[in-house]
Amino acid sequence: MSVLVYTESEQGTFKKVALEVASYAKAVANQMGTTVTAVTINAEDTSILGTYGVDKVLKVSDSQLEKFNANAYASIIAQAAQKEGSQVVIVSSSSDSKYLAPLLAVDLNAGYASNVVEAPTSTAPFTVKRTAFTNKAFNMTTINTDVKLVALSKNAFGLVENSAAAAAEDFTPSIPEFGVNVQSVDKVTGKVTIADAEIVVSGGRGLKGPENWGMVEELADVLGAATACSKPVSDLGWRPHSEHVGQTGKPVAANLYIAIGISGAIQHLAGINASKVKVVINTDPEAPFFKAADYGIVGDAFEVVPKLIEKLKTFKAQQ
Amino acid sequence: MKILVCISHVPDTTSKINFTEGDTKFDTNGVQFVINPNDEFGLTRAMWFKEKQGATVDVVNVGGPETEPTLRKALAIGADSAIRVNTEPTDGFVVAKQLAKVVQDGGYDLVIAGRESIDYNGGMVPGMLARLSNANFVNTCIGLEVEGTAVTAVREIDGGKETVSTSFPLVIGGQKGLVEESDLRIPNMRGIMMARKKPLTVLEPVEASAETASVKFEKPAPKGAVTLIDPDNVEELVNLLHNEAKVI
Ligand SMILES: Cc1cc2nc3c(=O)[nH]c(=O)nc-3n(C[C@H](O)[C@H](O)[C@H](O)COP(=O)(O)OP(=O)(O)OC[C@H]3O[C@@H](n4cnc5c(N)ncnc54)[C@H](O)[C@@H]3O)c2cc1C
Ligand SMILES: Nc1ncnc2c1ncn2[C@@H]1O[C@H](COP(=O)(O)O)[C@@H](O)[C@H]1O
Repeated sequence: MSVLVYTESEQGTFKKVALEVASYAKAVANQMGTTVTAVTINAEDTSILGTYGVDKVLKVSDSQLEKFNANAYASIIAQAAQKEGSQVVIVSSSSDSKYLAPLLAVDLNAGYASNVVEAPTSTAPFTVKRTAFTNKAFNMTTINTDVKLVALSKNAFGLVENSAAAAAEDFTPSIPEFGVNVQSVDKVTGKVTIADAEIVVSGGRGLKGPENWGMVEELADVLGAATACSKPVSDLGWRPHSEHVGQTGKPVAANLYIAIGISGAIQHLAGINASKVKVVINTDPEAPFFKAADYGIVGDAFEVVPKLIEKLKTFKAQQ
Repeated sequence: MKILVCISHVPDTTSKINFTEGDTKFDTNGVQFVINPNDEFGLTRAMWFKEKQGATVDVVNVGGPETEPTLRKALAIGADSAIRVNTEPTDGFVVAKQLAKVVQDGGYDLVIAGRESIDYNGGMVPGMLARLSNANFVNTCIGLEVEGTAVTAVREIDGGKETVSTSFPLVIGGQKGLVEESDLRIPNMRGIMMARKKPLTVLEPVEASAETASVKFEKPAPKGAVTLIDPDNVEELVNLLHNEAKVI
């Protein structure tokens, strides 16, 4: 019966999204008058899950599962859901969770709603609000199967503290063939990723060339932010593709998005609109980004950004 | 190698999004439909396999007759033949069920779909299809190479990328990176003429019932006006972000 939530970890430590989905699962469990069970794979200390409302933890530990495998992970979560008799299963919107979710949906015969942004408006029928048309609209969707699978959008629900036992027990599911095997992982370490970042600093064609990204990186550094860029910037090879954000790039749902020399084309805005606060720095007061932003500076990035860096450094020093 | 490219038919990225019938239906009035951008990257990669490795490439859409111009465009880009499964794509599961039947009957080695459609952004169909067809699945795929029976794929992960090895049958959820923007092809006159003669088969659907239902659409609340800050007073921005927006 309990609501099952998959709480992701990396090198043994929970990702922030894991705590967010746990908070969300707790809200759903309250609505349904039930408890929350989390399933973890190779997480070490699971007690923190209690702080976010998890009553019970099914701990899977297996060295074969060190690297993510969608087949195996989906199968493990399905087995956990069956064991718990869960009617609602919740995952995050990380790239791994979005990879495994449709497989899990088939395994559980569960209707699946992705990009969900709020707690269900009703649990019978089970109705959730999700984004559609790349953040240009919301869609109320009902899930009509016995088992429901929900992928929560990043930064949509936030962290909510609770206190629960997080009673851990070992869980040993059967592990299917991988089918897909990781050969190598190429991950930038020590840099904040767009997916995890609270703050994203993004540059557009207004920055004129790749040689001018020093100040973007410095601004990101001061803020502990990830760097991103508009599509033409990655198409021109000024920045790697992995930084391309927008409708056809990565989605951004940060607390703060700072756009420098970006015009604010509809395809760009669609992908970053889920961010809470938007700042634009642009020489052209008519740039469409000003209509989408909360704060704006009409000015030359080459003058404004260095000043902003300096002021932020002073501010941080005072903190 | 037999390749099937799944094509979803979506509003052009610049479309104004409006709803009708008490906000229950997407208003298609004046909306131009295109090949889903993620699928266009996949189709272009498939053309490479056709030209360099002798693959055959079919395209498929699950939808009504209104999607045929989109399929013809895929034929004009170079696909060999097209299939339309004649049913409303009511949810991801219904679409995946239809596609699974096409894949089974067609004996495809490789199915190239997109990471997500830009309309409902479900990100469901490729994974469901893979599971229903007992095929391997690589999502957010940004690189794909086939050598004999060995497949190497590159997948985008949060904060980097990952190289994986796998085998057929395989479904991928692709995106930009499979090919570059500059590799995309605009159909030429000859392609368009040839596309008219290529087969477009209409199949009747298999039984499948939707697991989810769209109840209603909503537009985001209109945004308040931007607060402008004097470029000579950047400090004010720092103050506002700290005290008002509380994000730093
Ligand atoms: C199918 C499709 C999908 C797309 N998907 C995406 C997507 O996912 N993401 C995306 O970003 N785009 C996407 N686009 C492209 C989009 O339409 C725009 O072309 C793009 O976002 C513009 O990038 P930009 O703002 O960097 O460049 P521009 O539009 O050239 O804007 C540069 C801006 O910089 C300003 N500027 C110039 N000099 C300075 C200065 N010194 N200081 C401050 N500002 C300055 C200018 O006033 C201008 O507003 C897509 C397009 C299509 C057709
Ligand atoms: N109606 C459809 N017909 C054919 N392929 C589809 C259809 N809907 C989705 N797909 C494929 O599945 C991918 C992901 O779509 P979705 O799960 O709807 O976000 C798309 O990029 C297409 O490749």
